[in-house]
Amino acid sequence: MPRDIAIKLLFATGPSINTRLLVAVIASVALLSTDHQNPRLDDVRSALSFLTDPLKYLVGFPSVLLDQASDAVSSYSTLRAENEKLRDEQTINKTRLLKFDSLEKENIRLRALLENSFKLGEQVLIAELVSINMAPFEHIVVVNKGTRFGVYPQQPVLDANGVVGQVFRALPFTAEIMLITDPSHAIPVQVNRNGLLTIAVGSGKHNQLNLPYLPANADIKPGDLLITSGLGGTFPAGYPVAVVDEFDAAGSKSFAGITATPKALLDRNRELLIVWGNKEPMQLLKNQIPDSKPPTSDKNE
Amino acid sequence: MNNFPGKGGIIFTLVLAMCLRIVPLPNELAAINPDWVLLALIYWTLAIPERVGIFHAWAFGLLVDVLTGRLLGQYALAYSLVIYLCLSLHRRLRQFPLPQQGLFIFFCLLLSQLLLFVIKNLQQPGEFPASFWLPVFTGTFCWPLVYTVLRFIRRSRIFR
Repeated sequence: MPRDIAIKLLFATGPSINTRLLVAVIASVALLSTDHQNPRLDDVRSALSFLTDPLKYLVGFPSVLLDQASDAVSSYSTLRAENEKLRDEQTINKTRLLKFDSLEKENIRLRALLENSFKLGEQVLIAELVSINMAPFEHIVVVNKGTRFGVYPQQPVLDANGVVGQVFRALPFTAEIMLITDPSHAIPVQVNRNGLLTIAVGSGKHNQLNLPYLPANADIKPGDLLITSGLGGTFPAGYPVAVVDEFDAAGSKSFAGITATPKALLDRNRELLIVWGNKEPMQLLKNQIPDSKPPTSDKNE
Repeated sequence: MNNFPGKGGIIFTLVLAMCLRIVPLPNELAAINPDWVLLALIYWTLAIPERVGIFHAWAFGLLVDVLTGRLLGQYALAYSLVIYLCLSLHRRLRQFPLPQQGLFIFFCLLLSQLLLFVIKNLQQPGEFPASFWLPVFTGTFCWPLVYTVLRFIRRSRIFR
């Protein structure tokens, strides 16, 4: 820096600091009130994320490196054991899937008998966790897929064991995912055993969900599997969410204190599945039978 | 008068502070991770108030908002208010001994955290654990460290 510029700056006269503060405060308050109410500022956030997202990847990089290093140095026997285990698992899963197609068709036929439409079939995208810590007290994680991959807010996120959460905010290269254990997250669930509907609310602790809206005489017991009910439209129906682990029907209270443990490995998984559900319900089978209606009339409608 | 670092030095330290902000830590440590960006901004404001001012604080506050996924403008507001205080008091603060300076830093961090608390409560009222205020204390304890490291960077010739 040349000396003369440095000295000139000493006598630089711009707006006074009071004016500057006023401008900054007005700008901040305008941003706050706009961002609070509508998504109009999402473009601004996306644009600024081009500056901040590299930092997220930079901070997350050492743990990626560590993972790769541990893969590289793991011994031949460990790899072989893991390989064998995975192959066994795959055989079992494949045999289970053999009957899946026929069961799915049967389900569609049965639904048609009931004149009941439903949604079926989802697409998934594998996203990897970027290990950074955005804010304490909030269960929000960042993954390395964003709007560039078609990710959009409120998209359901799963892992191999169950529901993880939903996309909270999608930026071009990253997406913020709110876990189901976040205190401000709630997910509509049903008990798999008897179809009892309720809502599971995040507790703020890892590995715990609360079910605050069930009466003390509800038919629910420890060990019951909770699955998504599909109500609310965010989560597709039928995915496992949690297992009930405590039922405390406190006599004086009208609501039971029920806690559940999420099925998904929320704090251990590095790979998550982002899900695209079908927007349109499955066609009823009888509409697919060509005899019921001549195909030409479809075009006129 | 010639101990200005270039813009590179200042930006480098602020980016480093932003990285420290989101570094993955175990939950107990993450709860007390101090606001490094604000500490760095305070240092640069006290050291070279001709160069670093309210608008810089506002811009970096906005970046921290995006970085940590907050409502846009909340860190921008907190940072520009704190930096305004530093700017208007920097001549006196330079004469203060370290403990007194520490007290001032404590109030700066407290003010920033208080603003964040108010904005968060307006946005979504809820309970806050007492550990929400811990970063204010750890930040104050980290001030001598930040001061020493940044003064070293300012005086070194790497970023001239």
